[in-house]
Amino acid sequence: MMFNNQRNIRLNQAHLHTKVDLHLNRILVLMSAMVTLLLVTIMLFLFYESWPFIKGLWGDELGAKFTLSQGWYPLEEQFNMMPMILASILVTVCAVLFALPLGLGSAIYLVHFAPPASKQSFRLFLNLLAGVPSVVFGLWGLTRLVPIITQWQPPGTSLLAAALVLALMILPTIALTCASAIAAVPSSILNGAKALGMSRKTCIIHVVLPSARSGIQGGILLAIVRALGETMAVLMVSGNVVQLPSSLFDPVRVLTANIALEMAYAMDYHRASLFFSGLLLTVLVGLVSWTALKTNQIACGKKHG
Amino acid sequence: MADRIFGAIVTSCALVVISALIWVLFDVVVKGTEHFTWSFLYEAPNDAGRTGGIGPMLVSTLLILVIALVVAVPLGLCLSVWLTEFAPNSSRFAQSTGVCLDILAGVPSIVYGLFGNAFFCIYLGLGVSLLSGGLTLACMILPVFVRTCESGLRAVNNEWRYGALALGMSRWVAIRNILLPAARPAIIAGLALGIGRATAETAALLFTSGYVDRMPESLLDSGRALSVHIYDLSMNVTGGDGAAYASAMVLVTLIIAFNIIAHIFVDNWLKRRLNTQ
Repeated sequence: MMFNNQRNIRLNQAHLHTKVDLHLNRILVLMSAMVTLLLVTIMLFLFYESWPFIKGLWGDELGAKFTLSQGWYPLEEQFNMMPMILASILVTVCAVLFALPLGLGSAIYLVHFAPPASKQSFRLFLNLLAGVPSVVFGLWGLTRLVPIITQWQPPGTSLLAAALVLALMILPTIALTCASAIAAVPSSILNGAKALGMSRKTCIIHVVLPSARSGIQGGILLAIVRALGETMAVLMVSGNVVQLPSSLFDPVRVLTANIALEMAYAMDYHRASLFFSGLLLTVLVGLVSWTALKTNQIACGKKHG
Repeated sequence: MADRIFGAIVTSCALVVISALIWVLFDVVVKGTEHFTWSFLYEAPNDAGRTGGIGPMLVSTLLILVIALVVAVPLGLCLSVWLTEFAPNSSRFAQSTGVCLDILAGVPSIVYGLFGNAFFCIYLGLGVSLLSGGLTLACMILPVFVRTCESGLRAVNNEWRYGALALGMSRWVAIRNILLPAARPAIIAGLALGIGRATAETAALLFTSGYVDRMPESLLDSGRALSVHIYDLSMNVTGGDGAAYASAMVLVTLIIAFNIIAHIFVDNWLKRRLNTQ
């Protein structure tokens, strides 16, 4: 029993008896160093390429032009990214708001209500859909969803369309992570709640969901990371006008879409500004991942304490 | 009564999700088959892709995928083996490698595209080519693959490790013949995830492997991946929707087929190893 409680056996270097093992260890250490190297190289190149822009921000040459200038006119050296940053955040928030109730509901269905026969196929189906390429969702949104929205509120390509397509894309992620969090709730807790005479609904809402909270939060943060970084689907349905949207039906342009649209012809400051927005995105996503890590750690600490 | 209503609400959530997603797939299949013919698969595109086929794009997609897998899979297997079997428990290096992997997994694909353009295309002088695109995708799928393999290896029962030790096996032999075969399901899942991501990727390929829709003659040629072709048809070519849907259908079918092949192939290979021991 003692053995089974240990997470993993890791023998130390003294136990590497044979020559093959020693060599293997050396080779593997070198290979593992490649990952750190890769991350450092990525960050280094993003910095290196965006340096002219960052330097410009520091001096007064561009500083005022970043936030105060009229808008995004890169060819006239007007680099106001604020509308695009806000659009990125807004689209993500809307998508999560649309997807969360549906995803959570279907997760509860999957774990507690689905008959065993349909459980497996529902899970398989969600997995399949998590793998559908974003460009296919974009194509579908552009030819199916946008015309419907146009009939209702022209021009159709809008914040709403982007949020809906994105919500569809993150639904499988949210549903699957929430389902595994809900399934991980110990059955003793559930049985205790049942023994107290709680109805199934009370049981799930007041007992199961609170104890699965950290897993559900993790799933939401994962979905946010995916939504923030998504390019193609949003690019295809959002209309790509750089502006602060005043309603759900206004076209917007998000940071990722901007990079994809302008990278092909960008030069000098313009190119540097695109790399800078890439850096900004990475930092934004890094912050969300870090929050996810922290929530996870806090949850683990609680369990052990 | 409250229970019934709650059950109905939850079930209808699931139904809405399923029907929305079936709607997407149904549209892709119906509109795709309207435009699809068997010659569509191997002909060269005509008239900016409105007519003709997707032959060169299929070849480019496969080449990019093969490059990405050839680089990422051996590296990823080594990494996950080192992290689970060799790294000392409290090693700072192992921990920082884990953190790096987590950060890399979250980096948006378009940022990988920027990096690939600056590093592979310009700094290493590979130009806008299939090789640059494949290497960029290799960087992108590496963290996901490592994390899945690692979780599989960690889940292997410790008794297997004790058994191997007691039999006097060297680490190398134990890893090759026992631990990797035992972690089979996770390795398959990681491979399938990696293939799916690499085949579906568009944003990272836009400015690393390019737009050129000719048949690639070498790995240093620019080639248009199937997903980039779909994007181009639907955004830049008026009247290209039919061809775009047909390409989308082929792409989705391709991803499902790759998943199945990866499953069968790896499953057979590793199972045979475990049985003969």
